[in-house]
Amino acid sequence: MLWYLGKRLLQSVVTLFIIVTIVFSLLRLMPEEGYLGAAAEKMTPEQQEVYLTNLGLRDPLIVQLGHFYGDLLQGDLGTSVTYRTDVPVKTIIAEKIMYSILFGLGAVALSLLVGVPLGILMAQMKGRWLDRLGTGYIVFVVAVPAAVYYIFIQMYVTDLFNLPMLFDEYNPVSWLLPLTSMALAPTASYAMWMRRYMVDELNKDYIKLARAKGVKERTLMFKHVMRNAFIPMAQYLPATILFTITGSIYIESLYSIPGMGGLLVDAIQRQDNSVVQGLVLIFSSLGIIGLFLGDLAMALVDPRIKLGKGESVR
Amino acid sequence: MGLYSEEITNISEKSNEKLFEFAVVDEKKAEETGYSNYSYWRSTWKSFLKNRLAVFLLILVCTIVAFVIIQPYLPYQKSPTEIYIDEQTSSQARNIAPNSEFWFGTNSIGQDLWSRIWAGTRTSLFIGFVVALVEVIVGITIGALWGFSRKLETPITQAYNIVENIPTTIVLILMSYILRPSISTIIIAMCITGWVEMARFIRNQIVILRDREYNLASKCLGTPSYRIILKNLLPYLISVIMLRMSLAIPFAIGAEVFLTYIGLGLPISEPSLGNLINEGRVLMMSPDLRYQLIFPSIVLSIITISFYIIGNAFADAADPKNHV
Repeated sequence: MLWYLGKRLLQSVVTLFIIVTIVFSLLRLMPEEGYLGAAAEKMTPEQQEVYLTNLGLRDPLIVQLGHFYGDLLQGDLGTSVTYRTDVPVKTIIAEKIMYSILFGLGAVALSLLVGVPLGILMAQMKGRWLDRLGTGYIVFVVAVPAAVYYIFIQMYVTDLFNLPMLFDEYNPVSWLLPLTSMALAPTASYAMWMRRYMVDELNKDYIKLARAKGVKERTLMFKHVMRNAFIPMAQYLPATILFTITGSIYIESLYSIPGMGGLLVDAIQRQDNSVVQGLVLIFSSLGIIGLFLGDLAMALVDPRIKLGKGESVR
Repeated sequence: MGLYSEEITNISEKSNEKLFEFAVVDEKKAEETGYSNYSYWRSTWKSFLKNRLAVFLLILVCTIVAFVIIQPYLPYQKSPTEIYIDEQTSSQARNIAPNSEFWFGTNSIGQDLWSRIWAGTRTSLFIGFVVALVEVIVGITIGALWGFSRKLETPITQAYNIVENIPTTIVLILMSYILRPSISTIIIAMCITGWVEMARFIRNQIVILRDREYNLASKCLGTPSYRIILKNLLPYLISVIMLRMSLAIPFAIGAEVFLTYIGLGLPISEPSLGNLINEGRVLMMSPDLRYQLIFPSIVLSIITISFYIIGNAFADAADPKNHV
């Protein structure tokens, strides 16, 4: 187990290092206006050149990378240029990160609470109206781009239930809609996979034997089918975490939640390179942590994975 | 006893000369015994036709694709980019509700929404088709090498472990942020992320198939690797490849909407479904103008849902287990 964890952790760290390096190098290809900000128009080309040299942007890439990692280890992500001039990126992101994490975790929790039971119900009522309704919902959510139904939910559901259209930190009712919208897609994918694994499991021979033996349907469902169907479900946890990143970008800017997703949209529109870079780093780290935790969960629920090369099979 | 004796009495009538001729080996007839009327594609098509909804959607999608191509050449069509001038006030024909002149109304600067929607659908479908095609070609090539060549297996697996860890959304954002927005850059950004899943999928299937007896036999007989891949392995995978391709189209359209939403999409002069929805979103607050959001959203939903359902129905139909 430890051997597996260590290997997996090392892999995550190497991946993060490679991603950070690639992101940093790619962003050097960006147009340089992103570093000059509003002052660009007042400067002569020579002044611009001096400014960029002072920022270290004329150094060879390797040197820049060295500086960047030095700063990063001290927790310095650079300073914002156009979004909020001369404010450290770290400060800007620190203000926003909690909103994103809380909303993301809330959405994942909500989708687990709704999606898994929905999948179980659909598998039990296979072919009946609930199953058809659920399948319709899943097809819609998976096929139609999230932006479209997010906008329509904001447009019509707020009118329908008289809910506030924008996020207000001190009014919990206004958290409802963003959270539900964000949970829609992960709920669909949980329900879909849960249903599929349940149906697969129900078709297996041991279930037929158990039925023939006279095991009660309820015991069969909860003791045998669900436990086995749950194991492959663990692997979708990280995928949902990644999905909420995308969701947060839409939702946070639609409901003006002061989180990182909305910040990313703002920073992109103002071409603030250092903010974009910082956010991309944080999003990728969150993604990598999510995948790591997902593999960890898999290893915990499925004993076969623990038996890596280091340990022998008893 | 009577029965047998009856037969014995009849035997001279029943026999004839032909029964005592020697049988001749007929190559043609020998072939026919092993012949079955089964054709993979015909059976697939037959099972597909049983799914009424999917057939209806297939016809719908084909109609939309055909219409989108011929629409600019039809009579009474307006230009998607021209700004129309109201003759009475001689200002731009802004936000006109749908009427007989402008079938779907006009947008906030006086462009005809009807022709913009079809031009946008054309762009989005084009992006979708190209991305799906590139994904399939690159995905199959890399997946086949990855699964078949034992030397390349470790390096590609290591590379995959890294690539897989990067959130697709982030790559998409980063690529479009660095490249200037245009149709080709959007396609490039999507292709960079898209092929990975496909390659892994093909690889897994090929690993399962490559050591089956018929492939070992083929190898022993000296068949070159490329021929084994092309003739023995890929035909097995054709149905799943088609499925992935038909699913890649709605995802590419969705990704375009996403990129436009965060401000990295196509320029306004290039109508696309993402652009139209984004323009409509801005006007969401005034209920009279919501048609500008609703029309493109409906067209987009029809197209993406249709591709999704057709893809799934086709995958079911292509599975020989479902053939009669």
